[in-house]
Amino acid sequence: MSLEKPYLDVPGTIIFDAEQSRKGYWLNQFCMSLMKAANRERFKADERAYLDEWAMTEEQKQAVLARDLNWCMRTGGNIYFLAKIGATDGKSFQQMAGSMTGMTEDEYRAMMVAGGRSVEGNRYLGEDGDAQAHRQPQGAAGHKKGA
Amino acid sequence: MARITASVYTSHVPAIGAAMDLGKTHEPYWQPVFQGYEFSKKWMKDNKPDVIFLVYNDHATAFSLEMIPTFAIGTAAEFTPADEGWGPRPVPKVIGHPDLASHIAQSVIQQDFDLTIVNKMDVDHGLTVPLSLMCGELDPKKDAWPCPVIPFAVNVVQYPVPSGRRCFMLGQAIRKAVESYDDNLNVHIWGTGGMSHQLQGARAGLINRAWDNAWLDQMIADPVACADTPHIDYVREAGSEGIELVMWLIARGAMSDIVDGKVQGPAPVVKHRFYHVPASNTAVGHLILENS
Repeated sequence: MSLEKPYLDVPGTIIFDAEQSRKGYWLNQFCMSLMKAANRERFKADERAYLDEWAMTEEQKQAVLARDLNWCMRTGGNIYFLAKIGATDGKSFQQMAGSMTGMTEDEYRAMMVAGGRSVEGNRYLGEDGDAQAHRQPQGAAGHKKGA
Repeated sequence: MARITASVYTSHVPAIGAAMDLGKTHEPYWQPVFQGYEFSKKWMKDNKPDVIFLVYNDHATAFSLEMIPTFAIGTAAEFTPADEGWGPRPVPKVIGHPDLASHIAQSVIQQDFDLTIVNKMDVDHGLTVPLSLMCGELDPKKDAWPCPVIPFAVNVVQYPVPSGRRCFMLGQAIRKAVESYDDNLNVHIWGTGGMSHQLQGARAGLINRAWDNAWLDQMIADPVACADTPHIDYVREAGSEGIELVMWLIARGAMSDIVDGKVQGPAPVVKHRFYHVPASNTAVGHLILENS
């Protein structure tokens, strides 16, 4: 018997379930360590050395060094834990969320002020909304790619 | 005996706390958000509770992946505002009500809900932002929150989170627990989090105004049906973090119109309703219901 996972067909979304949590345990616990100011200092002083103290996979370490939050999430990261990296870097939640869309900070903020991302076309994989894989990256970065 | 007289529902966006802490509430971006709570601050003064039972979720602050309690009740004498990585919010420490909290824990566990009892816990923006919104800016040293607060943390970080139906039933058990407490206490129950928002992936920034408002209508008028909303509907329609809304159903279940799991008593009075997009990544929803 397999588990019921009705959320696998939502585009641009990784649900942090037991499987993801198991995969991301050390990545997320590393993030948690950044709640302490002394650890933030040590991490900033030598990121690679600090990461090497954790039983993370090499891919997870690369994803953190690249500050690629989508990559971090694919390897089991959860946004509330990953937010501690953002806090260490002095980033807001909006900057972090926006970074996962390919949009610039201004583009993302403008989308939110205009009422946020529409759910139309973004409920199921295979529709044509702006969160679907074939429409990434979003914003000017995507227009450039298309030109 | 103690009684639940009202329920309060509100989003707990961290940026709202930051806007208050940094004195940005009058900026054009934030003004409409705080305007929506002007009535509420006055209502809090006019209807000061003796205790607030505050349902919220911890955001990888007190609970890491070492332990993930589904329902955790804070029975400590006090709770310190947490450093979530940006430094602790400059707000007063939260005074608990260990006696009522322990009483509720015992009663609710005897009603078949397996709570985790927490005697030491820092509280994050999920708890302090609703208090700030309802009570206004307070000096962390000179001022105090208006009354003791019982923190009640729900896991909505790691899936599966408790179902809406389970939360709604838990609210009913909490009301029974409160009503079996001898002292005459006026208790408010707050449900926090939501509304639609998604903080991750290519779908980050999702907002669903129509769905949020239809859900609010149903939660007020037909909470039994609302409690049956499956998890996947929250994820698909209100974003992966919109699932926090299940916590509102705990507060709604504790209202006195719910008898034996059904709406049988007089409907609660809607004292205030507010909705605004955006606060950072999130749709802000807010509601005050009083038992009639």
